[in-house]
Amino acid sequence: MAAEPERPPKTAPRALLDGLRAAFGSVLFYVLLGNYLGIGALAHEFGFSVVWMVLSTLLIWAAPAQLILISTLGTSTLIEVALAVTLSSVRFLPMVAALLPMLRAEGTRQRDLLLPMHLTAISVWVEGLRLVSTRPRPERVAFYNGLGMGLMFAAVVASAVGYHLAATLPPLLAAALLFFTPLAVLMVSARNSRTLLDALAFALGLAVWPAVAAMKLGLELMWTGLIAGSIAYAVHRVREATR
Amino acid sequence: MSAAMAEIGPYLALILVGFLPNEFWRVLGLVLVRGLDERSQIVVWVRAVATAMLAGVLAQLILASSGALAAVPVGVRIGAAVTGFLAFLVARRSVFAGVAAGIGAFLLGAYWLSH
Repeated sequence: MAAEPERPPKTAPRALLDGLRAAFGSVLFYVLLGNYLGIGALAHEFGFSVVWMVLSTLLIWAAPAQLILISTLGTSTLIEVALAVTLSSVRFLPMVAALLPMLRAEGTRQRDLLLPMHLTAISVWVEGLRLVSTRPRPERVAFYNGLGMGLMFAAVVASAVGYHLAATLPPLLAAALLFFTPLAVLMVSARNSRTLLDALAFALGLAVWPAVAAMKLGLELMWTGLIAGSIAYAVHRVREATR
Repeated sequence: MSAAMAEIGPYLALILVGFLPNEFWRVLGLVLVRGLDERSQIVVWVRAVATAMLAGVLAQLILASSGALAAVPVGVRIGAAVTGFLAFLVARRSVFAGVAAGIGAFLLGAYWLSH
C-alpha cells in the first residue's frame, strides 16, 4: 500500500476535478463508451425508451445487471428478474466493504460515503483503489466521486447514443462492443494487481469460476469469491508469518 | 404468472427488480464495514474476495455471455481474450494495445466463422 503524500490536502472541489480528469484519462472511460453503446442498442431492440435506458445506467450502474434487466423484463416474472439481478450483483458487498475504509478520514460522516457507495462499479473500483491510495486522506472521497461521476458520464452518454444508433449497428459490431468491458477490465486489473494477494486472488478467481459453474451449484460468483479469495488470503497470511 | 413489465410497467419494474436488488449489496457493504480500518484483517480478506469475484465476473462475461455477444462462438471469445492478453504482455502492459488486438481477433474470428 502506497504511503500518503506529505502535502496539504486539496479542497473538495479541486479533488473532485482531479477525479474527473483521472476519469477522462482512464482507458476505461473509452471502454465504457463502447460497452454502453452496445447496451443502449440492446435496450432499443427490446423496446425500452431512451429515458428508461439512461435512468437504468444512473440507478443501477452495473452492466451485467442492466443486461439481465433489459433482456428478461419482457418475458420473466418479477421474482425471477429480481433474483437474477441480485445474484449478478453480490460482488458489490465486498467491493464497497474493501473500498470505504480507504476513503474514510477524520470527520467523514456515514452519509458522505453514500455517493462513493453508489458510484462503485467494477471500472470505478479498479481505478479508484489504485489512484486513491496515492492521495491524502481528506481529499479521497471527493476524488473518488469525481472519478465515479466521470466514468458514469461516459456510460450515460453512450447509453443514449447507442440507443439511437441501434438500427444502424450491425450485429457483429454490437457483439464486439459488449466484448470491450471484459477484455479491458481483464488487463486493467492485471496491471493494477501490485501485491501478491491481489494478483493471486485475481488469477484464482478466473480459474475457479469455470470449475464452480461446471458443478452447477448455483451462486457461482459468491462461491468463486469465497473460495479463490480465501485461498489467496491464506497464502498471503502464511507468507507474512514466515517472513 | 405474467411477465414483469406487463404487470407494473417499465419504470416501476426498473426500481423494484432492477435498482433495489442491485443496490442492496452496496448498502450492505456500507453498513457492515462501518468503523473498520483498512488494515484490519477482515478488510484485507474482503478485498481478496472482491478481487476474486471480479475475476469471476470476467470469466462469466467471456465464457457464458448474454445478449448479442452470445451469438459469437465461445471459442472465438476465449481466443480473442487470450490474444488480447498476450498482446498486452508483449506491449509492456499497454491496455490500449491489448484491447485493440483482442477486438481485432474477435472481429476476425467471428467474421471468418460466419462466412
